[in-house]
Amino acid sequence: MREVAAEFKRPVMLYSIGKDSSVLLHIAIKAFYPAKLPFPLLHVDTTWKFREMISFRDATAKRLGVELIVHVNEEGIARGINPIDSGSTLHTQVMKTDALKQALELYGFDAALGGARRDEEKSRAKERILSFRSAGHVWDPRNQRPELWSLFNTRIRQGESMRVFAMSNWTELDVWEYIMLEKIPVVPLYFAKQRPTVRRNGATIMVDDKRLPLNCDETPQMRMIRFRTLGCYPLSGAIESDATTIEDIVAEMRTATVSERQGRLIDTDEAASMEKKKREGYF
Amino acid sequence: MTSIAMSKPVHPSARDQLRFITCGSVDDGKSTLIGRLLHDSKMIYQDQLTAVKRDSIRHGSADIDFALLVDGLEAEREQGITIDVAYRFFTTPRRSFMVADTPGHEQYTRNMATGASNAQLAIILIDARKGVLVQTRRHSFICSLLGIRHVVLAVNKIDLVAYSKVAFDRIVASYLAFAAGLGFSSIVPIPISARHGDNVVDRSAHTKWYHGPCLMEHLESIDIQSDTASQAFRFPVQWVNRPDPDFRGYAGSVASGRISAGDEIVVAASGRTTRIKRIVTHGGDLVDAEAGDAVTITLEDEIDIGRGDLLSRPTERPSVADQFAAYLIWMDNEPLAPGRNYILRIGSQTVAGSITAIRHRIDVNTCEHLAAETLSLNEIAFCNVATTLPAAFDPYDVNRKTGSFIVIDRYTNRTVGAGMIAFPLRRATNVPWQALSVGRGERAALKGQKPCVVWFTGLSGAGKSTIANMVDQKLLAMSRHAMLLDGDNLRNGLNADLGFSKAEREENIRRVGHVAKLMLDSGLIVICSFISPYRSERDMVRSLIGKDEFIEVFVDTPIEECARRDPKGLYSKAKAGEIKNFTGIDASYEAPIRPEIHLRTMEQAPEQAAEVVVDAVMARALLCDERR
Repeated sequence: MREVAAEFKRPVMLYSIGKDSSVLLHIAIKAFYPAKLPFPLLHVDTTWKFREMISFRDATAKRLGVELIVHVNEEGIARGINPIDSGSTLHTQVMKTDALKQALELYGFDAALGGARRDEEKSRAKERILSFRSAGHVWDPRNQRPELWSLFNTRIRQGESMRVFAMSNWTELDVWEYIMLEKIPVVPLYFAKQRPTVRRNGATIMVDDKRLPLNCDETPQMRMIRFRTLGCYPLSGAIESDATTIEDIVAEMRTATVSERQGRLIDTDEAASMEKKKREGYF
Repeated sequence: MTSIAMSKPVHPSARDQLRFITCGSVDDGKSTLIGRLLHDSKMIYQDQLTAVKRDSIRHGSADIDFALLVDGLEAEREQGITIDVAYRFFTTPRRSFMVADTPGHEQYTRNMATGASNAQLAIILIDARKGVLVQTRRHSFICSLLGIRHVVLAVNKIDLVAYSKVAFDRIVASYLAFAAGLGFSSIVPIPISARHGDNVVDRSAHTKWYHGPCLMEHLESIDIQSDTASQAFRFPVQWVNRPDPDFRGYAGSVASGRISAGDEIVVAASGRTTRIKRIVTHGGDLVDAEAGDAVTITLEDEIDIGRGDLLSRPTERPSVADQFAAYLIWMDNEPLAPGRNYILRIGSQTVAGSITAIRHRIDVNTCEHLAAETLSLNEIAFCNVATTLPAAFDPYDVNRKTGSFIVIDRYTNRTVGAGMIAFPLRRATNVPWQALSVGRGERAALKGQKPCVVWFTGLSGAGKSTIANMVDQKLLAMSRHAMLLDGDNLRNGLNADLGFSKAEREENIRRVGHVAKLMLDSGLIVICSFISPYRSERDMVRSLIGKDEFIEVFVDTPIEECARRDPKGLYSKAKAGEIKNFTGIDASYEAPIRPEIHLRTMEQAPEQAAEVVVDAVMARALLCDERR
């Protein structure tokens, strides 16, 4: 992280409000102490995030005194893109991938720090810590730089950029254990609570606001649920759980039998879908 | 730990982590083994397993194909091979593991080296039906080169040789014989079947003759403590922390050793010393910090320190040099160009530099040393490296963090090479010149002569040694103190370790040049007889000796005549291909452009030629006498 601050002209930290982002931000604060963060946070808002995420985001930025940039793809809004009518694939492409590219270009960021981990998904396992993107933010899996020891090649040309995955070698369990150890605040949605939900395509979806159209046979039911991963609420599947504290979550993690991405509807579209999205510029 | 990738949280239970790589040839079952380890250690989630079962059927296999759990990229799944390095994680109650899955086929040395660079242990897979292959040797050599000291020899597909002890023993014996010279501190052979799970997590009922540990048991229990905290203190400065004019701290991670507030430190490059004032962290100041800790330190004195500086204790300094010898792995499609300007990243230092000479290339399959003018993708060589500014470093086998470097092409920005430093070549700052009280002039005066170096160059068989010998005899007869250095004689002693590649020839001449200079300083007339085919190396000696004391004698004999004379029978051997790199046959000779003396042996007898040289030496001595 200090390498990024030292080597790039205009770095930014991507802040998704999730647990990984919370850890990443916490570590950044520690790394630069007593100085302030030498880069701003960027949140790409799809406008379909849980309401609790947005309030947590704003409270966090205020609490830590960090510069927060929120970017929304206005063009996507104007075209009426949303996860329900447009489908998850198009929504993700326009409101996340395209929006991120817009923001990076708008502000001229040459390095974007993110909290993605290698244990999340198969194509992530091969991702570099410094992931090179050519002009146009294209990720070519065959044109990545070898990374030996802790020696990173940070050289890029005008228009090219780096995605930096500082938490590549962390696992989901590591993240929770660290949150427990360092007492890092996270979005309350990670903790189990009675919430209004409906079941769709085998996933449990929380009814976060009135924008979720309910089928005639659906009535929201209160269930004791929590989230392992947070995204746009109509695309994030909850799990039934009684884990109300971090200690409970860590204990639950140790005996988990399904992966955290299971609840993410964007991954199941087709095999190797993450890789396709990454080639197109997804984080 | 690392700079960008942050270190893992220290868990209260202090569960340690083992980082290992798997290597083997195509179809040895690497991916299957990793899939099996993940599956049997219950690290595969239900949804992932369901997806793999579905994919297995799509890819045409009836059982669960564990390889599909780990083969990530679409393209390689289509080809059915792994094309890159993938990192996997799994945890058992005793340890957590990070696995680098590295490819096994011919052209991917670079990926294997990448995976090995951060690993502590290697699992080398052998197909029980095929035994030790060329690739096995290559993988073992690369592991050894990258500093891995622990090896598991996983003899896989043991089910396909009917769980035969004889087959297993034969493979183990053949591997141990080969690996003896690779410096591994432990080699543990285990008969396994990744597909069926024999001896992976659970002991197999099919191999009752095997009494060692099963794979998981060994991985969980092997002691890999390298204890970097007990090594010499090294702190590469990553970032200068200056939030306000009153605070100036140096941020970085302790690479090795430990340090306490109040301890004396030295900045390697400048040699400036001071003391640690505070060790600052977000959670409060620390009394001491050790290997792996990310801290910001402040110092007692305001001294000039920037990103890239390496801090150590004054009693345990790293090497500081602008030249070093290193093993280099070439990783780019565009070959290495010796002498070309590259960017080197050594720790947090970034310096311009070049590969000045390839001492020898190493055939990774046979470990043979070969002459080389360049390096292609996946080739490995022992090289001389020069940097434009002195760099601070340690030998790689002492410290992997401060002894490694990468080479970056300044035009394409690609990472084109990775190196492991062996030793510094010129310790300019560590070994200052010791001034002597008695000088060259006084020693020469005692002998009543003006010393000089007479350098005979020419093809093999040109008559250099014959003429040089006569000159030596004549000078002796004139009561002059001379000494004859002969190429063949020095190659039997001082230079017995050198071959005939370009780099080794240059090293030969470099050493001779220094020996000649010492003799010159002691007041002698030094007669040197060396083929010395390259203009650059003769010019190097000339500048070392000083142009006033250097007499270059070109013994000019056409190659046809040399080959006809062939006093040592070398030309006929070279023509028959029995000698490689023979000057004039398959290695070039660059004739001097303006030698001090040009002897044409087709026109002059050796006796006459020797007279010409002696006259020149004496004229020089006389000239000096008159000047005095």
